Amino acid sequence: MLLGESISAVGWVNNTVPDAPNIVELPMTDVAGAGIAVGAALAGRRPIFVVRFQDFLILNGSPLIFYAAKLKDLHEKSAPIFVRAIAAEGIGPVHSGVLHSLFMHFPGFRVASPMTPGEYEEVWRGYMDNDDPFICSEHRASYSNKDDLPDEIAAGADITIYAISSTRFEAKKAARLLKNEGVRCNVVNIVWLKPFTLTKRITEPLKESRIGLVVDPGHEIAGASESIAYSLMINTGFPVKALGLEDRTKCLCQPLQNRAPEAGRIAEAAKELLAGTGRVFT
Amino acid sequence: MRAPDLAVIENGAAIVPEDIALEIYRRICRTRIFEEGLIKAVKDGFVTSPVYLSSGQESIAAALSVAVPGPVIFAQHRCHGVYLSYGGDPVKLRDELMGLPTGTSGGRAGSNCVQCHENGVAMHGHHGLIGENVPLAVGYALASKKSTLAIFGDGAAEEDYVLSSLGFAATHRLPVLFVCEDNNLSILTAVETRRSWKVSKVADAFGMEAEDLSDDPWTIYLKAKELVKKTPALMNIHTCRANWHVGVGTDGPAEWDRFSDVRNALKGAGLWDKAQAIEGAERLSMEKVWEQGQLRRLSGK
Ligand SMILES: Cc1ncc(C[n+]2csc(CCOP(=O)(O)OP(=O)(O)O)c2C)c(N)n1
Ligand SMILES: [Mg+2]
Repeated sequence: MLLGESISAVGWVNNTVPDAPNIVELPMTDVAGAGIAVGAALAGRRPIFVVRFQDFLILNGSPLIFYAAKLKDLHEKSAPIFVRAIAAEGIGPVHSGVLHSLFMHFPGFRVASPMTPGEYEEVWRGYMDNDDPFICSEHRASYSNKDDLPDEIAAGADITIYAISSTRFEAKKAARLLKNEGVRCNVVNIVWLKPFTLTKRITEPLKESRIGLVVDPGHEIAGASESIAYSLMINTGFPVKALGLEDRTKCLCQPLQNRAPEAGRIAEAAKELLAGTGRVFT
Repeated sequence: MRAPDLAVIENGAAIVPEDIALEIYRRICRTRIFEEGLIKAVKDGFVTSPVYLSSGQESIAAALSVAVPGPVIFAQHRCHGVYLSYGGDPVKLRDELMGLPTGTSGGRAGSNCVQCHENGVAMHGHHGLIGENVPLAVGYALASKKSTLAIFGDGAAEEDYVLSSLGFAATHRLPVLFVCEDNNLSILTAVETRRSWKVSKVADAFGMEAEDLSDDPWTIYLKAKELVKKTPALMNIHTCRANWHVGVGTDGPAEWDRFSDVRNALKGAGLWDKAQAIEGAERLSMEKVWEQGQLRRLSGK
C-alpha cells in the first residue's frame, strides 16, 4: 500500500512508483494524510507514505512523531510505516530542506539516507526486518545515480570526510580538489543515521587520519552533522568538525539559496581544519 | 457541476455600472498582459526562477479587488493576479521574479511568495506551504477585526488546517471573505480523484454563507459586494488555469476561455471601444515593464 499526493498524475514520483494496485491518492491533507498512513501501518499493511518535499514533514510530523514513534514504548505495539521523504535543492524556502535530523532527535525512528540502488535495497530490507517507523531520507540527486559510491580510503590520509545524502557526490569531488593541493583524504559514506553504529568501517579511517569532517545537506546547528561529529569525537578522541547549512533561510535566488555544502566549500573547510593542526602540505 | 455559466447572472456586464465594468476589464488586462510579457521573458531566459501564472483565472482577483477594496490580503502561491489587481507595482513584481534587490521581497522569495505593503495595499507574502495563508488570515481577523481576504485553491481547501480555520471563523463570526479559486486541479490531479465533497457545503455546515459560482467577473463583483457584508462567507469560484501549474507552458486549450467571454460581454454591452482603449493603454505600459534592452541590463545577460 502506497499513500501520497499527486502520485499518478504527476510523473509517478519521478518514475519511482510503478502503476500497481493499492496506490491511495490522498487529498492535499498533510497532517491527516500522515495520520491515515500511520493508521494503515497499525492495521499491519506496512504502508509506504510519500512526502514530495521533506519540509512537509513538519506538517506530517505530529502523527509520525507523537503517535507512530511512541507506540512501542507506550503500548508495546508498532506502526511500521515507511516514509519516503524526498529532498531537493534550490527551489525556495519550503521545498529545499533536508530534515532527517529531526527524526534522529526523536526516539522511535530508524533513519537512513540511501544514494545508490544497492543502498535503497539495503534500506528497504532494514525496514522489513524491523517494526519501527522508518524515515527514508531520499534526495532527488540520487534518482539518476547508478554508481555504487564506495568509501575512498587513501594511504596516509590527512583527513577523513564523512558525507551524508547529496553531499556524498560533492565530497568525492572535494577529495580530488584536495589531492591536487597535496592533501590526502578519506571519504566515508554514512547511510544509516539512526541507529548510528560506530563500526570499524567508520572509526578506523579517522584513527588513521586523526582529524575528521562530517558533511550534511541539512542545517548544521543541532543537526546530523553536529550529532555524528560529536559521536565520532567522543569515541575516538580525535577532533571532528561539522559542516552543514549556514544558520539562515534557504531563499529562492542565488546567492541567497544557502545550498548544501559543495565541493569547494568542503575542501575549504578541510583545509581550515588542517591549518589549525599546523601540518604543511606541498 | 463544473460549468462556465454556473450561477452566472445574465447580462452582468450591462448590469454593473459602466465605470466598474471597465475598471474590472482594466485589471483583467493588467494581469493577462503582464504575464504575456513574463512568458516571453521566461522563454528568453531573463526570468529563471519558477513562476506560477494567474492567466485564465485573472477575472477573479480583478472583480474582487473592485468589489472588496482595501482588505488585508492573504493569498496563495498563484498570486500575481491578486497582487496586480489590488494595485501592486508591476515593476517590483518583475524585479522579484528576476531575483533583483528591487523586488517585492528583495528578490529573495519569488513568484509564489509575493507581498505588498505600500500604496494602501496590505498583502502578506506566502511561503509556499499550500493553505498556510488561511489560518493566518483567520488569526489576523481575530486580532484586528479588519476586513480580511483569504484566497486559496481547491487543493488547499482539503488541508486540515484550512477546514478547521473555516470552522473557527464561523464560531467567532470573523470578518473574513474566503475565496476558493477552484481550477479543478491540484497540480495535475483533478478534484474528483481527491474528494467527493464540496468546500461550499462544508462552509455552509459550519454556519457561514457559501456559494458556488463560475468566474464571470460581473457575477463575482455583484456577489462579493453582498457577501462581504455577511462575513464570514465563502465563494468557491470555478475557473480554468491557462498554463501549467508551474512554468509557462500549456496543455492545450482550457475548459473555457473567460478572457474571450469577457470581451464578448463588453461588446454586447456596447463598451467595446472604451474597452479597447483601456487594453491598448495597459499594453503600452506593460511593454515598458518588459522592454528587452532594460531586461538585458537588469539581468546582465
Ligand atoms: C502543505 C503543502 N502540501 C503540498 C504542497 C505541494 N503543492 C504545491 S502546489 C500544490 C497544488 C495546489 O493546488 P491548489 O490549492 O488547488 O492551487 P492551484 O495550484 O490549483 O492554484 C501542491 C500539492 C505544498 N506546496 N504545500
Ligand atoms: Mg487548484
